[in-house]
Amino acid sequence: MVDQKVKLFDYTAYSLPAEGSAGLTGSWRAKRPIIIEVKCTKCNLCWLYCPEGTIIRKKGEVPQIDLTYCKGCGVCANECPSKAIVMEDETKWLNK
Amino acid sequence: MVTINELTDDEFLLKGNSACAGCGATMAIRWVLKILGKDTVLVMPAGCVSVFQGMFPASAFGVPVVDSSFGAQSSFAAGLIAAYKIKGRRLKVVTLAGDGGTADIGLHAVSAAAERGDDVLYICYDNEAYMNTGVQRSSLTPYGAKTGTDPKGKLEWKKNLPLIMAAHNVTYVATASVGYPFDLMRKVKKAASLSGFRYIHILTPCPPGWGFSENLTAELGRLAVRCGIFPLFEVEGGKLTLHKVGSRIPVRKYLELQKRFEDLTEDQIQYIQKRVDEDLRYLEIIEKVTSEVKRDG
Amino acid sequence: MVEQVEVLTGNAAAAYGVKLSRAQVIAAYPITPQTTLVERIAEFIAKGELKAEYIKVESEHSALAACIGASLGGARAFTATSAQGLLLMQEMLFWAGYGRTPVVMAVVTRAIAPPWNMWSEHTDALAQRDTGWIQIFCHNNQEVLDTIIQAYKISEDKRVMLPVMVCFDGFEISHTAENVLVPEQSDVDSFLPPYNNDLIDVEKPKLLWNGVYPEDAFKFRFIFYEAAQRSLSVVEEVHYDFYSRFGRRYGAIEIYGECEPKVFLVAMGSVASSAKAAVDVLNREGYPVGLIRIRLFRPFPTFELQRAVEGAEALVILDRSLSFTRGILSTEVAGALYNAKWRPKIFEYIVGLGGAVVSHKSLVEAVKHLLARVDEKPKGVVWLKSEG
Repeated sequence: MVDQKVKLFDYTAYSLPAEGSAGLTGSWRAKRPIIIEVKCTKCNLCWLYCPEGTIIRKKGEVPQIDLTYCKGCGVCANECPSKAIVMEDETKWLNK
Repeated sequence: MVTINELTDDEFLLKGNSACAGCGATMAIRWVLKILGKDTVLVMPAGCVSVFQGMFPASAFGVPVVDSSFGAQSSFAAGLIAAYKIKGRRLKVVTLAGDGGTADIGLHAVSAAAERGDDVLYICYDNEAYMNTGVQRSSLTPYGAKTGTDPKGKLEWKKNLPLIMAAHNVTYVATASVGYPFDLMRKVKKAASLSGFRYIHILTPCPPGWGFSENLTAELGRLAVRCGIFPLFEVEGGKLTLHKVGSRIPVRKYLELQKRFEDLTEDQIQYIQKRVDEDLRYLEIIEKVTSEVKRDG
Repeated sequence: MVEQVEVLTGNAAAAYGVKLSRAQVIAAYPITPQTTLVERIAEFIAKGELKAEYIKVESEHSALAACIGASLGGARAFTATSAQGLLLMQEMLFWAGYGRTPVVMAVVTRAIAPPWNMWSEHTDALAQRDTGWIQIFCHNNQEVLDTIIQAYKISEDKRVMLPVMVCFDGFEISHTAENVLVPEQSDVDSFLPPYNNDLIDVEKPKLLWNGVYPEDAFKFRFIFYEAAQRSLSVVEEVHYDFYSRFGRRYGAIEIYGECEPKVFLVAMGSVASSAKAAVDVLNREGYPVGLIRIRLFRPFPTFELQRAVEGAEALVILDRSLSFTRGILSTEVAGALYNAKWRPKIFEYIVGLGGAVVSHKSLVEAVKHLLARVDEKPKGVVWLKSEG
């Protein structure tokens, strides 16, 4: 991943791969997805549907959501076949 | 067939990009690249993707990308492919453009690429308007949809671009929707295994542009197919194959979830239902007739 | 080194130049008077004499777009066009210029419509002077062939990496046959090595040309500017290298005439050819007139021009272009001489627009007429009537 503070001024303009190219997009959230572990069947459909690719799947485990970049769209919650993801108001964590 | 376990953990559309929350295009592109892998070269014109790809010095893509001007993407790709061909190599190129860049300003170049049979996979992500510039109508905006340039709703029917591409007699044409990721990925995998000009048209709902809550992107992708307004089909070897998913639902169930359709009159909704039924019937006829086509390639 | 003499039209000479340069990707769209150029190239490819991919594009905009794509992939690319086609691809001209893709293009100059006109004028090429392309104007078929080969060497030089436009008059040069010495392939190969610059790397992927914020954009433009500045000395180097191998001397400008001229004609392309004939007549009759032929238009050879005009009383600029109310060549010459130590008077003539004939006879008459009142102040732009 490229260090975004380092700029390469070559003879023609090009950029290098970087996560967080738009900054810490987790700050966009109005709602935060929470996986209810007991309901999760580890089907990984949330990992599949996440538009951001910010859910990490691990074999045989409940997926983990990378909140640094999660934009809080809620597609994962809508798609979860077991309704194991709830969208909680982000303000709950504001003062932490 | 594509199963979830065979999909790689590698991400080629990197998180933390500037795409809207719930963006249908990011969903589609993420799946496309997981199937195609890291040796894919993207050629993309101006559009939503060319914005959320990031600003210098960062790229949100983990694969090589060439930005082209608006409309010229197919010609850039043609040159790139030719450069490798003359050196005896095959470069896996995907031209990735929106509905405006494909059906309007790029149509001449895309049609030429199809007519030449360029060895490229063309993916059109259809969010049904010029979304990058803030929602203006394109020829692929559906009838009745409100946009910045059609504030009272579009009066023309959506141009049938997949059928136009199929009429070029190319190797493979398919429609797909972000409501059905496995179907989409199966088609991408299939197209990747072929050569010549291959075209996949993906419906990518846009939360701000269509006016729906951003958690419903995949849901709307499914409803569009189920109500018949965006049928799933493939065209290969001159044969069209329709793919019906579940039982049909009325178009109303799809339209009522989107603010861009909120001003439709009852008459207009009935008109849409009628046209959608007719267009579906038209495809069924083509499917029946082309089932008798025998072509070697 | 054995060079074959062939009787070639300008278009054919250009096609030979492309073949000898071993261009690998050709993408072109037909337009009069370029058509026979690309047809000859297609013939070379069909006969196996040139190993290249010929992309049949549907417009000139796509033609140059395809060449840019090919250049990115590390191939040597070529296209050719005229007037309307050149205008249609202007977006791509800037793309190749600012994008720094070394493509070579032949511009067979033609008057711009409306009204429809297929004959030559320089406005189409000169109107592209802002696009970041190196522009060279040829005045005979030998020069066309030689310049195409030189163009690749200039553009692919790592200090330059800028596209090059080789311009020559439609019909007067493109369709007129002359004796041309065609170099041997092996000699051209040692002068022009293969192009080697692939920007596609799947192991270390780059994203080309995404959005840039203003401060960074300013820096990238400056990088372009530095390359554009360097290109002048690279052109000189290539000219010298070509001369040492092939014996034909070219310069950013050419000074013609057998005396210490009081007055210089300034012209480009086939106008310069007519001007040479006029200078011959004038010199024989004892008139102290010479010709400065501008061959390199971009980058404009300011210092060479300043040196060349030292001691001259007046310049008679024969401009085959028009930018609203003034010829483009005149504007460039005047601009180049503004800060010069020695500034001759400038008389501006518009000639040959729309393909009107610029005969050496009419030039001789015009110069004699001017010499009678050369001490007067120039009265603005004069339109030279065409004869015949």
